[in-house]
Amino acid sequence: MGNKKEEKVYTNPARCKGCGYCINTCPQEAIQVSDHVNAKGYNTVVVDDSKCVVCGMCYRVCPDYVFEIK
Amino acid sequence: MAKVLLKGNEALAEAALAAGCRFYSGYPITPQTEILEYLSWRMEEVGGEFIQAESELAGINMVLGAAAAGARALTTSSGPGFSLKQEGISYLVASDLPAVIVDVMRIGTGLGDIAQGQGDYWQLTRGGGHGDYHTLVLAPASVQENADMMAEAFDLAEKYRHPVLIASDAAIGQMIEAVEIPEFREHDINKYEWTIKGCKKGCEQRKIQNVYYTNPNYETYLKEKYDEMEREEQRYENVCVEDAEVVLVAYGISSRVCREAVETARAEGFKLGMIRPITLWPFPVKAFSEAKEAKAFLTVEMNILGQMMDDVKLATNANYAVDHYGSIFEIPEADGIIAKAKDMWKKGEI
Amino acid sequence: MRLAAPETVTFTQSGFCPGCGHGLAVRLIAEVMEEMGLSEKLLAVVDVACGSLNIDSWRFDTIMAAHGRPIATAVGVKKVRPGNLVMAYIGDGAAYSIGMAETMHTALRNDNVVALVINNSLYGMTGGQCAPTSLPGQITTSTPKGKDPKKAGMPFRVEEAFTGFDIAYLARASMADAKGMIQAKKYVRKAFEKHRNGEGFCLVELLSPCPTNLNMTPVKSVRRIKDEMIPYFPLGEFKDKKREE
Repeated sequence: MGNKKEEKVYTNPARCKGCGYCINTCPQEAIQVSDHVNAKGYNTVVVDDSKCVVCGMCYRVCPDYVFEIK
Repeated sequence: MAKVLLKGNEALAEAALAAGCRFYSGYPITPQTEILEYLSWRMEEVGGEFIQAESELAGINMVLGAAAAGARALTTSSGPGFSLKQEGISYLVASDLPAVIVDVMRIGTGLGDIAQGQGDYWQLTRGGGHGDYHTLVLAPASVQENADMMAEAFDLAEKYRHPVLIASDAAIGQMIEAVEIPEFREHDINKYEWTIKGCKKGCEQRKIQNVYYTNPNYETYLKEKYDEMEREEQRYENVCVEDAEVVLVAYGISSRVCREAVETARAEGFKLGMIRPITLWPFPVKAFSEAKEAKAFLTVEMNILGQMMDDVKLATNANYAVDHYGSIFEIPEADGIIAKAKDMWKKGEI
Repeated sequence: MRLAAPETVTFTQSGFCPGCGHGLAVRLIAEVMEEMGLSEKLLAVVDVACGSLNIDSWRFDTIMAAHGRPIATAVGVKKVRPGNLVMAYIGDGAAYSIGMAETMHTALRNDNVVALVINNSLYGMTGGQCAPTSLPGQITTSTPKGKDPKKAGMPFRVEEAFTGFDIAYLARASMADAKGMIQAKKYVRKAFEKHRNGEGFCLVELLSPCPTNLNMTPVKSVRRIKDEMIPYFPLGEFKDKKREE
């Protein structure tokens, strides 16, 4: 799995539609709904980097390209 | 090229290839099947693609794909099959795609019958599918015209990015005449930028879809396109129209009998003339300005309702008597046409 | 591990509902094209239903074809441009109902095109009517008391009908979770590889969530795929011509 020192999950909240697939999928329970509402009117998600192991599951299940790992 | 004896349907098929058509998909239906049969072996010889489709619906939608990919694409049918093609024709129009569709007309409504007829006039000229459109319609009256109109049809289709219909009929399709096939030419599928070919990185994606999704001036764009067609593309042949007191209006096979009727009537001293629409849409309104002495107009069509009468009335501002000489199951006869024309002339005198 | 949406995916006009599976399928296709280095070669034909929004979701040259006809249209494209990859992207209603004749005859001829069928067990664009893939008892807007198989038949299973044809590839995957997505990508890639090699017709069905029309939360809609759809629509490869030879 990913090297935590070099890689990190980045989110683009503007694309989020709040479906919750990532929250449902994350094995580390590192993703939560935030209070932030984007321009589309959805509560967006936030990743807790301290819990995240950069496994990439959130990227794989997200229909709206919110996640990027680099 | 020397003249050869060919059936109308075969001449049309060979001429399509000469015009650079390299894609055909169709379905058997009398009286157009010879086109499909001819292309089933001949298309391969010129390096094109032939598909006998599972239905007219599949056939026309394959044509849509081939046209979007840049080929000169053709499909042909008759009556019941032509109705099935309307879905695709409407989509071709909506997507700004050129293609040529041939209707070798047969008689009747529903199944009708396989004999010659001219009952699809309304469907051909009013936009036979759903929505708000016209298509250019060319009406050949001989085997030679069947051949000559193919290149013209493809050229017009590309000029306007619009489907073009050929209104042939069972008589023209089945008769054998001497014909000169035009010179062969190749068509480059990359000739136009808009054809789909693969989107290079950094380039603009090509989208073939309903124009109103992409063109903010959709209404004006389409209106201007049809206005230009009406202005530029009216084609007709006038036979002894200038001094004619009764003018026949006929296209396709019926026009050939009318030509004979004009000659016979004039030999008897009766000033008969004929306007032959070569484009059924746009209807050749311009042809009627030559009819300065006319008292009446008589359409000669192989249908019951005289479908072309509406257009004649519009072309003459409904200022003249307009009637219809219809023949069903048979090609009209010159004597009958002359008798009816004389009858109209007499009524006009009174 | 670097994971980012491929360059061919655009976001500007993606108007899919929250939790819609189309976004997932688009990414699979774009990833596979990028990995195969064929992004500039793909020509797509989409159906008029929800999937038609893909024309604005990716950067492939695309035709929006008539409902049920994208496979026929794709055949026309492929004949003219044999050097390109050609894909029809359609829903289950298009592939198995109105376009069944086109799907079946393309299989019969083994035409060299890829069909990606998004199976969400209903008609999405029109508001959730019964489809040939709707499950027994499924409440839809046209089966308000639940789908009665005695009247509407049992759901259509493509593998039962199509494995008899001499086609190159037939597979089904689920887009309900990460594991399903990994399998789905494998099948999509295999279909495109076979297509590139000229092996013939490749159909991959992807079980897809449609939370809006199922009146479910997105998470419930993917659970439904696992609990109700997969038991009836088994996952796997049903036809792999080259392997059989």
